[in-house]
Amino acid sequence: MTDFLQLLIAGLATGGIYALAAIGFTLLWQTSQTINFAQGEFVMVPAFFALVAMKLGLPFIAALVAAVLVSMLLLGVAFRYVVVGPLLNRGVLPLVISTIALSIILKETVKDFYSAEAQVFPTLLPDHIVTLLPGVAVSLAQIGVLVVSMLTIGGLQWFLAGTRTGRQMQATAQNPGVARILGVPVERMILYTFVINGGLAAMASILVSPIYLAKFSNGETLGLVAFVAAIVGGFNQVRGAIAGGLLLGVLDNLAAAYVSTAYRQAIPLVLLVLIILFRPQGLLGRREERAV
Amino acid sequence: MTARNSLIFALVALALLALLPVDLSGLGLPYPGLRRYGTYILTLWLVTAIAAMGVNLIVGYAGQETLAQAAFVGIGAYFTAIAGKHGVPFGLSFVASGLVTFVIGIALGFPALRVQKHYLAFVTLAFSVLCWLVFRNESAVTGGVMGIRDIERPVVFGLKLRNAVHFYWFVLAIASVMTFVLWWIVRSPWGRAFTALRENPLRAESLGIDVRLYTLLAFALGSAYGGMAGSLYAPLVEFIDPSPFALGPSLLFMLMVVVGGSGTFCGPFVGAAVAVLLPEWLRAWETWYLLIYAVLVMLMMALSPGGLVGLVNQLLARRSARP
Repeated sequence: MTDFLQLLIAGLATGGIYALAAIGFTLLWQTSQTINFAQGEFVMVPAFFALVAMKLGLPFIAALVAAVLVSMLLLGVAFRYVVVGPLLNRGVLPLVISTIALSIILKETVKDFYSAEAQVFPTLLPDHIVTLLPGVAVSLAQIGVLVVSMLTIGGLQWFLAGTRTGRQMQATAQNPGVARILGVPVERMILYTFVINGGLAAMASILVSPIYLAKFSNGETLGLVAFVAAIVGGFNQVRGAIAGGLLLGVLDNLAAAYVSTAYRQAIPLVLLVLIILFRPQGLLGRREERAV
Repeated sequence: MTARNSLIFALVALALLALLPVDLSGLGLPYPGLRRYGTYILTLWLVTAIAAMGVNLIVGYAGQETLAQAAFVGIGAYFTAIAGKHGVPFGLSFVASGLVTFVIGIALGFPALRVQKHYLAFVTLAFSVLCWLVFRNESAVTGGVMGIRDIERPVVFGLKLRNAVHFYWFVLAIASVMTFVLWWIVRSPWGRAFTALRENPLRAESLGIDVRLYTLLAFALGSAYGGMAGSLYAPLVEFIDPSPFALGPSLLFMLMVVVGGSGTFCGPFVGAAVAVLLPEWLRAWETWYLLIYAVLVMLMMALSPGGLVGLVNQLLARRSARP
């Protein structure tokens, strides 16, 4: 039982990271029908922004802030205007191919210009073990990851539901046409979505890199997990992505402990197929009516 | 092009391709043929093109996305290699590779296509990761990271195809048959239904075309082309390990088809030629090759989403428009 509790807390910590990646992915799909096949690489790259910033002499915390800002600029604004912008009216396939190409570009750039080796990335909190309950020992770093990811998600939820801009963004996601008629600056809201996705990816990157080390190939697994978390939770809901991320994180840790470490990466596939078969709208999703 | 013209074009192309690696200087022609490595690359191009034809059926005709073609190639390759070690003749394992991947295609596509567009992409993505894990981890069967070596070449009419040119002709014959089958499918009422789907899905559905069934069969058939390509890949390279069947190569198959021109009949051949030859030409820039390729693909999507075939068609149309 105590083992299970430890695994649960570790799972929620990883799940929080997955949720961050999945939320950004869902937001992009909702507001601009952009399916970002480079989402995994978006979570891989910001850690290298931070490493470069530290090489340039910035202290750790300043490097993290720089990484988030650079990600918002490059993975948000530049991605919106340079990659997605010219392709928006070209149909779905060119955009899909372009984001696939972008994922290769990001991966190869890190490999060729930084390093092909896994890089050690400093943790926010030390790896100090604390005992929560008798027998339940968790590392401080894990609690830090859980707290930071929950704070980020909470902040985002507050922004989306509690501010005028956030509600305008939701309106854009639900129905761009009507939002435009009601005077919502739809273009700007779409841009904000891209910037938020860049920021969320950077947060996920900062939290995940101390655990998995920063490596150019990390994006493959992270991307898969983000897609699956978004679908499992329910595609038309931000809270669906959160639930999907947490669920995947917990299952991932339990599977590694109780089933097999070699096949823990297979969990997303199994979950994905089960959800598609039995609850295609996702755990928290609403059934989408198809307009004919 | 009319049917007769394209038939003549295809036969001429076939004859030229058959002669390409042969030394013609004995016949008084100043053409030395290809060396062993050149013939190998040419064969690899054909094998890649078969798998790419499958992707083109899925992407260009049925309008879906598959991110697991390399995994299907892997299934065919491992199946053929392991069956060959147990003495199963090549012909049998070639057909079985196609059947197995067809059935897997149905099993994956059936749930995914029930929901909405793009779900197939995510299901195949996950499947691709799973296959790679199996290839790597089940070392008792697949040899793990060490792979399987010394895969036997097939025996045809008592002749073992050790010679590179002989094996090339063998692959060329199979590729021609498979190309013809696909050409026939695309022109059949079944294939016409795809054109209808692509042009106007709603109208197609109201005409009684079962969209889901057609898309599912296209995905399964396209995947079977991948499996059969894999069945040829194993004896060609004579050694397989998990790395060419990972997620990365599956993504490259998607890019390949779009670079060639998705939804055009020649597109997969052009795309496969670019994907096989470019790394040979850019050998000096080995590490930069993928980066350059991906940047070019992105530019192409922005400037000419019809791919190379689309680009050529555009240029031809512009020339014939001029007086």
